[in-house]
Parts: sequence; C-alpha cells; structure tokens
Amino acid sequence: MINKTVKNAREAVADIPSNCMLMMGGFGLTGIPENCISALLERDISGLTIVSNNAGVDDFGIGLLLKKRMVKKMISSYVGENAEFERQLLSGELEVDLIPQGTLAERVRAGGAGIPAFFTPAGVGTEVAEGKESREFDGKMYLLESWLKADFSIVKAWKGDTAGNLIFKGTARNFNPIMATAGKICIAEVEELVPAGDLNPNEIHTPGIYVQRIFQGENYEKRIEQRTVSQ
Amino acid sequence: MLTKDQIAQRIAKEVKNGQYINLGIGIPTLVANYIPDQLEVVLQSENGLLGIGPFPTEEEIDPDLINAGKQTVTMAKGSALFNSAESFAMIRGGHVHLTILGAMEVSENGDISNWKIPGKMVKGMGGAMDLVASADNIIVAMQHCSRSGESKLLAECSLPITGIRCVKKIVTDLAVLEISPSGGFILRERAPGVSIEEIKSKTAGKMIIEGEIPEMIFE
Repeated sequence: MINKTVKNAREAVADIPSNCMLMMGGFGLTGIPENCISALLERDISGLTIVSNNAGVDDFGIGLLLKKRMVKKMISSYVGENAEFERQLLSGELEVDLIPQGTLAERVRAGGAGIPAFFTPAGVGTEVAEGKESREFDGKMYLLESWLKADFSIVKAWKGDTAGNLIFKGTARNFNPIMATAGKICIAEVEELVPAGDLNPNEIHTPGIYVQRIFQGENYEKRIEQRTVSQ
Repeated sequence: MLTKDQIAQRIAKEVKNGQYINLGIGIPTLVANYIPDQLEVVLQSENGLLGIGPFPTEEEIDPDLINAGKQTVTMAKGSALFNSAESFAMIRGGHVHLTILGAMEVSENGDISNWKIPGKMVKGMGGAMDLVASADNIIVAMQHCSRSGESKLLAECSLPITGIRCVKKIVTDLAVLEISPSGGFILRERAPGVSIEEIKSKTAGKMIIEGEIPEMIFE
C-alpha cells in the first residue's frame, strides 16, 4: 500500500500557493476541514479562489479566510450567515459565482470523473442561464454546464487509513467525497487515522486513489449553527 | 388569517402515503409536525439524508447531523446517508415526489422568485433552482402579502426568477390556490373568516373563481 500520511495540517497545506483554486468540503459548518483552515490562516498567501457550498460564518470556517483577505473569489450556492462576506461582496473586494447547489455538486463530480460538461434543468429561464447553451430533450429545456476542477481539494472525514481510504459520518459527508475526486492534490483530514487494513473495504466511501495526503486532525470544535432541540 | 403553523397544517393534507418529500426552510419545515402518523413518508434533506427524524433532545445532539437549514436533527428508522451529487441526482432524476418551499413571489403562470433581491440580499439560491426545475409537484407556502402589504401573487414576478412554470399550488395565510395550466390563480379554499373579496383585492395576478369556495377545515 502507498502511504499517504503527512504529519499534520501545517505540513499538508505548506505548498498551497497564492492565486490557486481550492475546493473545500462541508455544508454549513458540518464536515468542514477545520484543521487545514487553521493552518492556511498561518500562511502568507492570498488571491485564492475557493469552491465551497457555503462561505462559513463571520468567525469560523471559511469566514476566517475571508476576514484575512486571502480570498479573491468564492464559488458557492448559498452564502448567507456571513456579514463580512456580504460587506466584501457589496464593496467589490470579493468576486462571487453563485451556482445552484445540484449544479455545483454535479460540476465537481464531473470534474473528478472526466466528464467535461452535462445538461441540467436547474436554472432554465433564470439569470443562471445567461450566456449558456441550452437544448431541448424530450420536450424540456436544459442548460449546458461544465466541469469544475481544482489545484487542491481539502476534505474532512470521520475515519481514514494510511492508504487514503475514507469513511464519513452523518451529513458531514456532503460535498467531501466528490471534492476529493476533483482536486489535483486531495488533502484529507480525519478524526481517526488507522493503519491500512484496519478499515472494512465494504464500508469505504472514498477509495484512497483520490487522496494524496492524509493526517489525523485534532481539537475539532464542530460548531453548530442552528442548535434545535425537540420540546 | 392562518398562522404559520396553520399554513403548514393545511399543506400537510396534500401529503400522500409512500411519498418522498423535500421540505424547504421556514414554514415548509413545520409541515413535518402535521403529517398524520398513519402515512408512511420519507423526508429528504438535500445535504445528504433520506429519513429526517424529529429534532434531537439535548443528549442526542450530533453536530455531524443537520438538515438543509443547518438545524440539528435525528435520523428516522430506515434512513440513508449520501453525498451532495447523489442527493441532487435523486432530485433531478424525479425520485422526490413532492417539494414544499417558501417564496417571495409567484406569478400566475407558476414562475417562482425566492433567491435574490438585487442590491439588498445576496445569499444565493442553494438547492432551490434544482428542486423547482425537477419535482413534479411543487407547493409554495408563503404569506399572501409582503410586510409592506404588497401582493406576492403577481401577473409576472418582479424579482429574479428561481424557476419557470413550476408551481402547482400555493397555500397562504388567506387561501389555497392552484395554478391553471393556461395561466391564473384558481381559488380553491378560503381561510376561516376571510372573504373572497379580500383575497381578490390582495391578489395582483389574474384570479379565477369558479363556484362555491369553501372555508378550510382544521381538526
């Protein structure tokens, strides 16, 4: 087995340059790569384009990278919950490309799967369709959307092994497995790292072929945005 | 006039046994509280869960288990978890039978606007465009008028569109209306104590009134 292990988050992100394209897993604050975000904050880089479903909150997740002005452009589906994001956007400091969530997911999946483009019904008749080729199939209109690929994808899993195989937990899976496939280099941080052979191959969500670097993260905060309990 | 919970309660009557359903944020989320126990339905959350259960107790809270509104949830018996691409494959593939979502505006031909107010709100569309472009049955839950008293049922949407010709039914605090295939809001039911005249005066788009319009019944 090829050993993909790196020491920690700092080593994993040490060569990420300014002005590159990053994908980051997570939905809201669930399943975000907390350790790598902290390590990126210590780096003196800027001009990043980040593909992520959301943009974190003001003081956590990708919101921290925004606050430090490391981000040039966000490619996301929903960016509420972040006042600093809204301020930078309205003042023109930050570019944003808002994409329907399913289109975003499929573009990432396509990028990892070698499919350069596909047709989807989402966004027909809306401003999302502007400038895009549309075509009719079986009497319904569809838009042509292209793949998304990144220089680095950074994902967070529950368990992983030294060969890079990953298992996710709950809805922390979200964009992580597809983003793992669409980065030239995929960095995976996991809550529990075990030797290759210790995970059941029947239960692997992301095969290690997609993962280039893996490490066991620490001190996961797992902040909750909407703590809701039953009465 | 109906409360938000009564709007949800009325929409719950549209739910049929065996359906897979996606509930949007806000009033639609409340619909889950009113689905009769004898119906077997599965709630889909587009962040990767089929089988949303009740909200957790303090002891059950798991930060790795949330719904699309980022609220903590539990999993119902027989749940399944999956990634975001698979989630939208289910939605676009037509496997989700019913979508219930909120709106800022609906037009008389079934267009919906609910994602952007130019110059004011730039939150993004999330999964709404995929959902409205795909589901066979789309029900909108919303207030009949905006906070400033403007009708939200229009001849044409004034805000950026989320999807075209997709809404089938609207339940507001005043009425239940269906979209006519040839255009127009067909008035089906009135909220208790609300007159046809009031609904008519608060509906800016074309309204179609045929025969007796019954009041909604709440058990």
